[in-house]
Amino acid sequence: MDIMTIITNTLGELIAPTTAAYALAAIGLNIHFGMTGLMNMGQAGFMLLGAYGFAITQSMGANLFTSVCAAIVLAVIYALLLGIPTLKLGPDYLAMVTLAAAEIIRIIGRSTAMTKLTGGSAGISPQDFTTKFENLSPLPDDSTTFLFWTYSNNIANSWWLRIVAWVLVAIAAVLCWRWFRSPWGRVLKGIREDENAIRSLGKNVTVYKMQALIIGGIFGALGGIIFVLPRSVQPDSLGRAVTFYAWTILLLGGAATIFGPIIGSCLLWVLLTFVKELMRGAIPETVISSNQVESLGWVIVGVALMCLVIFRPQGLLGDRKELAFNV
Amino acid sequence: MSEKTSKSTSGAPVSVPAKGIQPGKPFHDLAKWATKAPEGEHLISTAFGDKVKEDLKFVHNEPGVHKPDPILVADNVTRRFGGMTAVNVKHFEIERHGITALIGPNGAGKTTFFNLMTGFDAPNTGAWRFDGKDLAHVHPEQVARMGMVRTFQLTKVMSRLTVLDNMLLGAPVQPGEGLFRALVPGLWKKQEKANVEKAEALLERFLLIKKKDDFAGSLSGGQRKLLEMARALMSDPQLVMLDEPMAGVNPALKQSLLDHILSLREEGTTVLFVEHDINMVRHIADWVTVMAEGKIVAEGQPKSVMNDPAVIDAYLGAHANIDLGDDSVMDLKESEEH
Repeated sequence: MDIMTIITNTLGELIAPTTAAYALAAIGLNIHFGMTGLMNMGQAGFMLLGAYGFAITQSMGANLFTSVCAAIVLAVIYALLLGIPTLKLGPDYLAMVTLAAAEIIRIIGRSTAMTKLTGGSAGISPQDFTTKFENLSPLPDDSTTFLFWTYSNNIANSWWLRIVAWVLVAIAAVLCWRWFRSPWGRVLKGIREDENAIRSLGKNVTVYKMQALIIGGIFGALGGIIFVLPRSVQPDSLGRAVTFYAWTILLLGGAATIFGPIIGSCLLWVLLTFVKELMRGAIPETVISSNQVESLGWVIVGVALMCLVIFRPQGLLGDRKELAFNV
Repeated sequence: MSEKTSKSTSGAPVSVPAKGIQPGKPFHDLAKWATKAPEGEHLISTAFGDKVKEDLKFVHNEPGVHKPDPILVADNVTRRFGGMTAVNVKHFEIERHGITALIGPNGAGKTTFFNLMTGFDAPNTGAWRFDGKDLAHVHPEQVARMGMVRTFQLTKVMSRLTVLDNMLLGAPVQPGEGLFRALVPGLWKKQEKANVEKAEALLERFLLIKKKDDFAGSLSGGQRKLLEMARALMSDPQLVMLDEPMAGVNPALKQSLLDHILSLREEGTTVLFVEHDINMVRHIADWVTVMAEGKIVAEGQPKSVMNDPAVIDAYLGAHANIDLGDDSVMDLKESEEH
């Protein structure tokens, strides 16, 4: 058992692009749920749509800016389509519709009829959509070691991607911080508490909810782009599970806090990797196979999360006082 | 003469467009009326209470009667839930600057009528005008922006927001409530400061100033009622509709709530409220409207309407004038029964 490898691998997750992608998705979800009280059970749908929007336009030869815009526009249209019929109804309708719609996008994406556009279940391979992004990097073509992390500068799972991903997370966090403390955020929180009261005070609740759904969805789409850049666009890798991880991250870090989603994302992936690596190193292959380690890792993290929810229901950063009043 | 006076006093709110209500700026300048009468008119009592009393003196005590200066006029409003007709109001007017009480037994349709008037529910038929503007099919948020604000029977406060934030949500003008403007504090900080000042003044008046930074969820039931009422006043509404403002409020707080309602009238706000406490209705209302089974069965001065046989039948019962809290009365009743 090599302790150094375990620590390196574990801490690698701390700054991994995937961690940043989940942080972005959870920030979006935080705007939906933490601020506005919208039960979005299909954040993966926004992510997948963002990923497709980016990758397909890239493979068609569009420039990077256009591709990112395409991803955002798709997320906006998707949010409008989901929101118009459901936002006037109760919160449970939005949950059902988003859950189903995310699955619809995934299934359409992997259907053979769409193979030309989306690559079907095989997806879009990285060389088709990551080249322009990698070429944009100002870093020299080499690999760099920083502390105990060694990655290539520009290619695939690179430093360049890490920098862009975390800058995006930082921008999202700053925007959230501004929004949380603005009158706009106050109206959203009011809607979370009681939308009829807000209506009686002369605010157009549906418009605010739609704004929240769109903004959160855009963060989801950006998260989706970051998620696929170090790998390929695989519809099945952005399925229901991704939505539930994003929810776990949000509740772990603390809903309605600014850093909650980021801390939650870092903690979840670091913890998961640590548990898995430890078991791989400490337990011989004959007792538990590496496949079983994969599942057992989730079981252990799941139990830890249950304990957290029981003993610290507000999440790591949440305010316990806020939970004292159940609406 | 009374009509002429009322027109001129009501001139101020009419000239203010509903959207342009400025926070912190009362649209009724009482002081103006207190010192001099408009040209060619006698100086009568300036208090709105007296004026309304004067105006309503000559109004007949009958259901659906016309009033000298109505702020809200409703015609043929019906609302059916399946086979049941919850509201069926032929004609109803609310006198401007007055305190109108809406009473009636449980299930009489008072709250449904409230919901219809404020756009929270859509009627099957009917039309109603607020200050001359047609209100049918208008969304609740637009109704509120026009200057007609309501409270709820089951108090609605935003539990996980502070008391002050609850108040600030009631402010009608706040550019920072736009998605993009919110990101530039320079655009809304000044207005926010003005709103905070106004909110604190109102909280002071409603004895909630010490609670301003607490979560609204930590307030008692009575304090929540106060907060809801104070919040409704943030927009300087022309008409406040209070749905059972006294339910669940202790007697001491009740008295101060009564005073608040009376002081609202003195500031030129029209008040409509639903209440079960007959003594309170008698005490502060200028006009009482009685609903039963969705219809308006009686209207009139508080003193006379309570003696209307239709009202006694529908609502008050034979012991209307007896305080049931009084033990001696109960003993008397029992001995009568034996």
